[in-house]
Amino acid sequence: MTRFIIRRIVQGIVTLWVIVSLVFVLFFMTSPDPARLLAGKEATLTQVATIRAALGLNHPLWQQYLDYLGRLIHGNLGESYKLHEPVTSLLGQWVQVDISLAVGAGIIWLAMGLSVGILAARRPRSVWDRSATVFVLTGLSTPTFILGLLLLYVFFYILTTHGIAIFPGAGNYTPFLTNPAQWAHDLILPWLTLALITAATYARLSRSSLLEVLGEDYIRTARAKGLSERRIVYRHALRAAITPIVTQFGIDLATVLGGAIITETVFGLPGLGQNVVSAIAREDLPVIQGIVLVAAAFIVVANIVVDAIYAVLDPRVRLS
Amino acid sequence: MSLSPFEVSSAALAPEEGQSAEALDAAGSIEGRSPLRLALARLRSDRMAWVAAGMILLMVALALIAPLLSSITGHSPYNPDLVNGTDTFGQPYGPGQAGFLLGTDNVGRDILVRIAYGARISLLVGILSTLLATVGGTALGLISGYYGGWIDALLARLMDAVLSFPYVLAAIVLAAVFGGSLPLTIGVIAFFSWAAIGRIVRGQTLSQKEKEYVEAARSIGAGSFRIMFVDILPNLIAPVIVLGTLLVPVAIVFEATLDYLGVGVGPPTPTWGNMLADDQGSAGFGAWWFWVFPSVALLITTLGFNLLGDSVRDALDPRTERLFANRRKKVVVGAEPNPLSRADSKRLGGGTEAP
Repeated sequence: MTRFIIRRIVQGIVTLWVIVSLVFVLFFMTSPDPARLLAGKEATLTQVATIRAALGLNHPLWQQYLDYLGRLIHGNLGESYKLHEPVTSLLGQWVQVDISLAVGAGIIWLAMGLSVGILAARRPRSVWDRSATVFVLTGLSTPTFILGLLLLYVFFYILTTHGIAIFPGAGNYTPFLTNPAQWAHDLILPWLTLALITAATYARLSRSSLLEVLGEDYIRTARAKGLSERRIVYRHALRAAITPIVTQFGIDLATVLGGAIITETVFGLPGLGQNVVSAIAREDLPVIQGIVLVAAAFIVVANIVVDAIYAVLDPRVRLS
Repeated sequence: MSLSPFEVSSAALAPEEGQSAEALDAAGSIEGRSPLRLALARLRSDRMAWVAAGMILLMVALALIAPLLSSITGHSPYNPDLVNGTDTFGQPYGPGQAGFLLGTDNVGRDILVRIAYGARISLLVGILSTLLATVGGTALGLISGYYGGWIDALLARLMDAVLSFPYVLAAIVLAAVFGGSLPLTIGVIAFFSWAAIGRIVRGQTLSQKEKEYVEAARSIGAGSFRIMFVDILPNLIAPVIVLGTLLVPVAIVFEATLDYLGVGVGPPTPTWGNMLADDQGSAGFGAWWFWVFPSVALLITTLGFNLLGDSVRDALDPRTERLFANRRKKVVVGAEPNPLSRADSKRLGGGTEAP
């Protein structure tokens, strides 16, 4: 187990290194001169040259690359060219929005996806099962931004124009610590947007996983012992069926934590996703790099954690 | 792509030499059918497949008649027409008004004509990028699994990196650096989709290359290339076809999303994503037809391909779905995940998924 985890961590670091290098090549080699961007529009050539020297941009490329890796190892992601703040502290502020999004949406999609999936698996080919299939296929076919627009239109625009202003429009966000009730109120539509689409995958996954398990011999044994169907499904089958769902949940949660670009754009939420879009627009390289790195790191870490959990949940899986 | 193994197996099932077909028919014997023909027969008898095909053909037809629609109505998909396309107060026409079946947008362009032209872009991007990703992913997956060693280590890490890369983000960056365009959009989508197919093909290749037929091929002097692409590939074709079909809607959603974010095939090209982005920006929600019709067109297309993908999977591997639980194949613990299960398609660099 320990050996497995160590190996996965090393692999994860290699993957991150590949991503970091890709980011370096892409951003530093193809974008305009960072020194000029940093110096502003009215800078003289000497000022630009001073900044270039200070950033080490006059060094050969390989040395810049090594310097960049060296700073990364020390947790230094540089300073935003435009916001003039350390990237790490900016990331710290923005990621709170994504944590809020992930927590709320994750709970909803897990609950919704699991209940639809279980309902469908307990009565295959029934009306329930067919309705679940419709739900799944619609969810898989709907782009996030269309669902977001639809929810905004129905719950914000129509209700508000009819004098029922229950749901806030886009561009509202209250930090949890400021006012938890307002926090949830502002986030309910973004949560639903993320959750409804993701729940479709979970419904399909839990249905097929549960059906698979319900066909196993030990379930027949449990039935033969005279256990109630309820006990069989929830105590015996679900435990074995839940492992692929846990895997998927870890990865999805990490994806949202790394920035839900579309949901944040539709609802105007100041998280990593929206900020990376604006950072790209203003060519703020250190910010872009920081966000890409954080987003990728979330996924890499989630992959390792999920594999470890998998082994704990399902003792039959031998890690090698 | 050769389908020879299907023919080979049909030959194997064919009546033995010396016995005439008539004699067998007379005896009421069973006709030998190849797996491909069985799959096609299953597909034909699947009502959902027909519905899906209908939805896709509707969109293909719309894409084909786009120039015709434009010339019949005399409405250009590109040029704003504030004189004919808006009323005396400069407001866009609603659906059915002034000869605009689906209304006009805020600069007086016919929404129906623009949706028809948008169908061309969506289908082109969806199919072309899927083809590129499928061919690339299959080839690299085969090479990675077959050769093993450092080639495999390198390619497997590359696939992991591509799959963990925040792809929407990467697409935005690339579009910002190189400027959004149709070829770039197709390239970006293909680049972030091949790894999912590559990973599954690699896994399948790892188990296939240990089988006797590979050894047999090698013993009669077949080269690596021949073994990979002539002997092993046909055995992986079922999961590849299924994944490919399911990649098309993902690619279409991906393209629309990039357009919506303003980094895809930029305006004034009429794409569904562009139409949705314009509409949210300028008119707000009052003119619902701005965004409802492009959304419906997008949904019909993606739903059609998803339904078709499901049916194709059922037809190629009847064990996977729509069967009762107790008839299922036993799960082999620790084995490769079933390449046809939808769980994996979630990681197809998927576009429908959350952010």
